[in-house]
Amino acid sequence: MSLTWYLVVSALIFCIGAGGVLVRRNPLVILLCLELMLNAANLALVAFARAHGDMGGQIFALIVMVVAACEVAVGLGLVVALHRRRLPIDVDELRELQG
Amino acid sequence: MAAVFFFIAAIGAVAGAIGTVSLRNPFYSVLALVGHLISLAALFLLLRAEFVAAAQVIVYAGAVMVLYVFVVAYVGGMEPTIGTSTGKGLRFVSIFFALAIFVELAIALIGTGLAGLDRKGAPYHAPFGEPAEVGRQFLTTYLVVFEVASLLLLIAAVGAVILARRRAGLADPRELSVGDLLRRGELAAGDAAGESMLEAGGRKR
Repeated sequence: MSLTWYLVVSALIFCIGAGGVLVRRNPLVILLCLELMLNAANLALVAFARAHGDMGGQIFALIVMVVAACEVAVGLGLVVALHRRRLPIDVDELRELQG
Repeated sequence: MAAVFFFIAAIGAVAGAIGTVSLRNPFYSVLALVGHLISLAALFLLLRAEFVAAAQVIVYAGAVMVLYVFVVAYVGGMEPTIGTSTGKGLRFVSIFFALAIFVELAIALIGTGLAGLDRKGAPYHAPFGEPAEVGRQFLTTYLVVFEVASLLLLIAAVGAVILARRRAGLADPRELSVGDLLRRGELAAGDAAGESMLEAGGRKR
């Protein structure tokens, strides 16, 4: 399989994730869609590492996984804090910052 | 043979992604994402990234998804929300823009002049992608990155604990923030040394 196939799959997953971030309103699902986008970037990084025969892309992918884990921890902490304050779990209702 | 595995894994990954976005129950979304991550790990194996694939399955599909399942079970009981008050028009525009990004990326990828992308990749040498090689690179070339990543994980863990801790209310006098601690330290270092010593002795103001 040529590497273009992997990159096209990566682009498709990224766009599904981006569409999910735009369409869904539950912050938990929005975090899941962010995971999709980060994973698509990971697939592209690993494919480019294979194209060059250089390990740097795989190291980059591992670091992206670390950053994604941090993002998940903080994001889920925010969701739990929202739930404790009895605020609606809905990004359209949470517009006090005029977002 | 690799082509068969590629198509199985790619279809699984895309189906998992679509399921994550479109399923109404957040719990099923998490399960679809687990399927997506495992298919993606198969794609990583096809790209000779053994360690990344193993870390993907263990860290992502294992640990991170368990965290998600716990939070969904804790927060749960919410009504399924998909595009009810946002309006249909905004939703169609969102999907249109997502498709537009895909078309643009596909044109850029397929029409690129990079010769390396039409081949199967660079010739494979033995330690490429093995755990020993990943560890060696992390401790030699990418040592600073490794340390910064550990610092980032520490900060995120502390931040998540502070965000999600139990608090009685907004104006709880027993609640101490970092700013309070700093201000209290200034006060103890400045005047009022006796007062802070009295406080330290357990006497109420």
